[in-house]
Amino acid sequence: MSVSVLIKANWRCSCYSSTCHKYYALSTQAGLDGHSYNSMSTDKHTTDTPLIEIQGLSFSRGSRKIFDALDLTLMKGKVNAIMGPSGTGKTTLLKLIGAQLKPDDGRILYEGQDVHQLSQSRLYNLRKRMGMLFQTGALLTDLDVFNNVAYPLREHTGLNEEMIRSLVLMKLNAVGLRGAAQLMPAELSGGMARRVALARAIILDPEMIMYDEPFTGQDPISMGILVKLIRTMNEAMSLTSIVVSHDVRETASIADHIHIIANGKVIESGTPDVLDHSDSAWVRQFMDAQADGPVSFHYPAESFADELQVTSTELNA
Amino acid sequence: MITRFFAKAGHDALDKLDRIGRSALFLLQIIRYLPGLISRPMLTITQLHSVGVRTVIIIMVSGLFVGLVLGLLGYNILVRFGAEQSLGILIGLALVKEMGPVITALLFSGRAGSALTAEIGLMKATEQLSGLEMMAVNPIGRIFAPRFLAGVLALPLLAALFSGVGIAGGYFIGVGLLGVDVGSFWAQMQQQVDFREDVMNGVIKSIVFGFVATWIALFEGYDSVPTAEGVGRATTKSVVNASLAVLGLNFILTALMLGGE
Repeated sequence: MSVSVLIKANWRCSCYSSTCHKYYALSTQAGLDGHSYNSMSTDKHTTDTPLIEIQGLSFSRGSRKIFDALDLTLMKGKVNAIMGPSGTGKTTLLKLIGAQLKPDDGRILYEGQDVHQLSQSRLYNLRKRMGMLFQTGALLTDLDVFNNVAYPLREHTGLNEEMIRSLVLMKLNAVGLRGAAQLMPAELSGGMARRVALARAIILDPEMIMYDEPFTGQDPISMGILVKLIRTMNEAMSLTSIVVSHDVRETASIADHIHIIANGKVIESGTPDVLDHSDSAWVRQFMDAQADGPVSFHYPAESFADELQVTSTELNA
Repeated sequence: MITRFFAKAGHDALDKLDRIGRSALFLLQIIRYLPGLISRPMLTITQLHSVGVRTVIIIMVSGLFVGLVLGLLGYNILVRFGAEQSLGILIGLALVKEMGPVITALLFSGRAGSALTAEIGLMKATEQLSGLEMMAVNPIGRIFAPRFLAGVLALPLLAALFSGVGIAGGYFIGVGLLGVDVGSFWAQMQQQVDFREDVMNGVIKSIVFGFVATWIALFEGYDSVPTAEGVGRATTKSVVNASLAVLGLNFILTALMLGGE
């Protein structure tokens, strides 16, 4: 199986003033066959430089504390996975990193800069270097696929139409949807919408992409495609990826580091291998998908016998 | 029990105040981005089409019926005093000063306002607004400001259309069917409906209504709970609040305008 990937290179063009954007598309064959991609990390990506450092992060929604002095470091050039059960605030964490939400306490450093201290224009400049893939795709419903992908270019660059067309088709080709350029978002399946959103997220060649639950609600084929794309993009574009997910198997197959979050804290961090052999009851329950464990099967309630107004012996009989 | 009642009342009041404050800040942000629209006129023109042009049919049909009824009712009342020749004044003043701006604003919030709230609410629910934020595009400047300007510009034009069609309807009933003299219909209207006093007051009202109705519609969408249920509720609230605001403001504006005479 082959997947077209894009490789960014310097390329002078005559349009868009002298300081034009330079892109060069290369359709290449990446050796991608259905199993673990962790080994694909090349040497240049194994340097352990942090890209994002989260220090003492606390955040509440109403009276509910979502993060309680959370510390987390996400490495540059890696696929960093953040996993945990539903409702642990994984999506909230991405919104905090993108400075769409403000923390109650603590800070988030992007290459040493506190993202919540930046002025609006500097924050927007930073966001141009970040891509985000939303769970729903977040495509603009009144624009077709082509114009959705072209949108960031039209907003942020002065490129001419010809250049925009080439770039958009390159990125759509990379996600395998060049043929769907004229479709409207309503005509796409969930998996296709996410791939279009991925093409849009990489159109400005970001340094980092955040994936919010990329595998949720996908059929096995779409899921397989997304798994491959995330890993390939990470390598081909020298990206840093942050994948938020609770799909253990898929995420573990592509992640370099996994951080498991529960109760507002990081429960355990490590490579997929380390977590697979972890002794922590919590990690075991999550990784092995056990119904009961530290996360109780039952929602907190008074005793069943009391509620039925019988004795426990009667209940067991 | 009583303490709980007061605590709840206080809590609700604080919530309402908080919402009013947020809506004011929201409006200020929109106003800040209005000058930027000059360099990208297509953003506003597209919205003018969607909030204005698409509302034209309902405005014209309603205007016609209101004019027809005014003609019938006005004639039947005026004829008792032998003043049926003054039908033109009655129809002209009623439409230009009151019914044109008010009914247009109510129809506008029902047709265009609800559509704006639902559109924005859905954009919020499907994370399109967050998506724009993360693409370093400010949704206030890109999504809200053009819609706001389009609403403020469209309403006076729609109100003028409503009044025009209404007067035509009144003419049809009064002159065409009931035998009012065509000369006195138009001449009396021209003589008695003052441009500065009457027409301009109507225009001022419709600008104010356009401002308020669009602001409420946009804020309800912006502040909606991002779920299907939340968007539905926001749409209802948008129409109810905008209609009440229009009617309340109409009273205040009428009182001020009459007081000034």
